[in-house]
Amino acid sequence: MTTVWCGIAAVAVVSMLMKAAGPAALGARELPRRATGVIALLAAALLAGLVVVDVVKDFSWPLLAGIATVGAARWRGAPELVAIVLGVAVAALLRLPESLG
Amino acid sequence: MDEVRPGYAGGVRVGLGLAFPTFLLGVTFGATAREIGWGSVAPIVASIVVFSGSAQFALLTALAGGGGLPTAVASAALINARFAPMGVAVAPSLKGNRLRRAAEGQAVVDGSFVAAHVGGGVFDRERMISATAVQFVAWVAGTVVGVLLAPPEELTRALGLDVVFPGFFFLLLLDEIRQSRRAAAAAGLGAAIAGGLAFVAPAGLALLGSSVAALIGLHDSGPHEEREQS
Repeated sequence: MTTVWCGIAAVAVVSMLMKAAGPAALGARELPRRATGVIALLAAALLAGLVVVDVVKDFSWPLLAGIATVGAARWRGAPELVAIVLGVAVAALLRLPESLG
Repeated sequence: MDEVRPGYAGGVRVGLGLAFPTFLLGVTFGATAREIGWGSVAPIVASIVVFSGSAQFALLTALAGGGGLPTAVASAALINARFAPMGVAVAPSLKGNRLRRAAEGQAVVDGSFVAAHVGGGVFDRERMISATAVQFVAWVAGTVVGVLLAPPEELTRALGLDVVFPGFFFLLLLDEIRQSRRAAAAAGLGAAIAGGLAFVAPAGLALLGSSVAALIGLHDSGPHEEREQS
């Protein structure tokens, strides 16, 4: 258990420092225009990575179909919660034979 | 988002949208940690002091796999390395002296970071902080429930609940790529990099790799491009 506690403490400190470094080092200084251009795209790039990694690491066709349903429903104008519920329902239905078997 | 509200109220709304998947992930973490012998207290303390699902799962997996403490900590650090550029990004939007800004920077988590981005590299500080506060409560509460009840992972999958987290990130992504053609290009490139790396490298490295796609923003195409479709 000592290893677990040491691991938790070390990861907590490292995470805190990573989040604190930018704000502490930069203060209120404005970033150069080129840096702002990169930062403006960071969220889109990171989100795409998060979705892809989530799908790849636990890949299953029902998961992929569920996420595609979320996107299609939202694209057709469904509210966020409805889109998510539809995606969940599609994945659950596709897994029904597996769950019952 | 259905309706973009600025400030704390908007952040609470975003946080509540993310609270359910965050809670479920917390349940999974608590249950898994308990099952592999972390006991009841350590998983809950980890969720409070680390507050990062990806890093906590990396630590858990590496320690359980016999990777040793240095490897486990390095894996978790690699996964959380994305918070360094994200911290740089939000820095000008925070308030106060350097110490206070460093403290406010702790509110940087994936969902809040994206939801707080109002365009052009500017972030809504209040929105980010309140969205993170809601997710923190959901994450810790989920861990407590997971430790106490330890529901099987198969149940979550059978109910299709594993769609909730990536599905919500996909919704946020759709909002981002509607902002400009360059955001769509960055998303496409980020997805390709992450997809390629995910097969040969740990998840943390794949995530970090996806952020490299944002470097296409170094090419200055002029102010007309920004938020052209918003």
